[in-house]
Amino acid sequence: MTGIAELEAPLADPHLSDEALRPAFFEWLCRMGDSTLILGHRTSEWCGHGPALEEDIALANTALDLIGHTQFWLGLAAEVEGKGRSADQLAYLRDAWHFRNLLLVELPKGDMGQTLVREFLFDAWHHLQLDWLAANSSSPRVREIAAKALKEVSYHLERVCDLVIRLGDGTEESHRRLQDALDRLWPYTGEMFTGDAVDATVAGAGIAPDPASLRPAWDALVDEVLEAATLTRPQTRPDAQKGGRQGRHTEHLGFILAEMQFLQRAYPGATW
Amino acid sequence: MYAQMIKSEGTKREDMSPQELAFQARIDRGEKIEPKEWMPEGYRKTLIRQIGQHAHSEIVGQLPEGNWITRAPTLERKAILLAKVQDEAGHGLYLYSAAETLGVSRDELFEKLHSGAMKYSSIFNYPTLTWADMGAVGWLVDGAAIMNQVPLQRTSYGPYSRAMIRICKEESFHQRQGYSIMMTMAKGTPAQKDMAQDALNRFWYPALMMFGPSDKDSVHSEQSMAWKIKMNTNDELRQKFVNETVPQAEYLGLSVPDETLAWNEEKQGYDFAEPDWSEFFEVIKGNGPCNRERLEARVTAWDEGAWFREGLSAHAEKAAAARMAAE
Ligand SMILES: [Fe+2]
Ligand SMILES: [Fe+2]
Repeated sequence: MTGIAELEAPLADPHLSDEALRPAFFEWLCRMGDSTLILGHRTSEWCGHGPALEEDIALANTALDLIGHTQFWLGLAAEVEGKGRSADQLAYLRDAWHFRNLLLVELPKGDMGQTLVREFLFDAWHHLQLDWLAANSSSPRVREIAAKALKEVSYHLERVCDLVIRLGDGTEESHRRLQDALDRLWPYTGEMFTGDAVDATVAGAGIAPDPASLRPAWDALVDEVLEAATLTRPQTRPDAQKGGRQGRHTEHLGFILAEMQFLQRAYPGATW
Repeated sequence: MYAQMIKSEGTKREDMSPQELAFQARIDRGEKIEPKEWMPEGYRKTLIRQIGQHAHSEIVGQLPEGNWITRAPTLERKAILLAKVQDEAGHGLYLYSAAETLGVSRDELFEKLHSGAMKYSSIFNYPTLTWADMGAVGWLVDGAAIMNQVPLQRTSYGPYSRAMIRICKEESFHQRQGYSIMMTMAKGTPAQKDMAQDALNRFWYPALMMFGPSDKDSVHSEQSMAWKIKMNTNDELRQKFVNETVPQAEYLGLSVPDETLAWNEEKQGYDFAEPDWSEFFEVIKGNGPCNRERLEARVTAWDEGAWFREGLSAHAEKAAAARMAAE
């Protein structure tokens, strides 16, 4: 069994008792955990329906890793919030406008082309983000989670880049499907690099990077892979669609939550 | 048990050639048969049927549990269920690889599954209606699979035996996670306990059917047992399963839906009611509650994935051509 989330005893972290920092830190942790939760949910929808047995296994494994990361991020978010909520309560008992995930990850899974291109665009950012956090975050707890997640996400990124290159430069149809997915998803990518006051606060405390600072490295990686895949970088605005990190979502998120939270809502207070 | 009613083709001992007799003698001595060695055609064909059906069961078996991943009630349960379903896909992979050593490709076996020429276990044609079914499936379905697979670790065909050894390591985790769900629910709110009881009511007889029809109606058992492809009779395994499962149900405070169930001191086992075999044969024929959905889901996944597989092969050909040109 792999990836079931478990960490050692908690490290001392002065940020957890910094009252002034707490609201922004909590908000930022929800952004991390909600994005991995919702992408994990979308990825898990493929279970048993993949195009090849190897993909069924890889997609289940990716979803499992992402749910594991969610347990860490939302677990820490709950601690930082300090109101006695648990990671499960954050995941299962908040409504859509309290979710802080990127819009990119809540879009429907689409065909395998959309699923892979989405994962590629997200992983390219996720990897840079975790890499920075693991090396530089002023929060020992954040560094610890990021270091663990980074190992798994490095593997996700490697796998997905390879698939995007092979399918982009595969048949006419596989090329067309990937290009369509790229065009459709591109307007959602800018959200990963658009900072707000929360980002400024956590960046100021040295917890996380300024989102915009990751952009050049992301662009370089994306361009390199797209070129090898014979795909064309869209010329549309990358930041046309955003707001998920502030709780303004697409229509899709409500349905995800209706499904995901069903048991917790139907049987309040039960233990599972 | 994931292999039911496997048709076995053998030669009666008195009609065996010296080569066949020598082969049987090796099996009788407990030797393992390896892929490159001579084997009777009937042995090879029977194994392909059985390993293939077992592999298909692992793959189709992802669906009833996959049905609840997005609705799992906690992050931990979700992660555990994902890990389990991922294992099942892995089991499919080991088994298709074992079948490949007998000269049949994974694609050929898929083709036969999709056309209905090959079956998967009857159990996966039952729906999973509540979260308690994730408990019942792990506890009873993986539990029944273990009954069959543990002895198959000693089966005569080397690659099959090795696949079983790897699979059995993971199956006990599957059964434990199922039992843990049942335990939590049986000790939970009244609604949860009712849900757990309902799941047991629905899965008890389908689980008993997993072992296949009674020995007296099982025409192919004898040859498969001589070849050590089948290690125990259907009735032996079913009895063993009931003996182990009834006390577990009692521990949960749930009742097995069988009024005739009683401990028989003399045979040191439970007397229990047979499942409705007419229902079993209907499910095998395709008339179970989910046969159509399960097969359609697999066929759709395969058909809609064609462009993906073709894209990867086309790229591999281009890359190979580019390497050739560079040399
Ligand atoms: Fe299995
Ligand atoms: Fe299993």
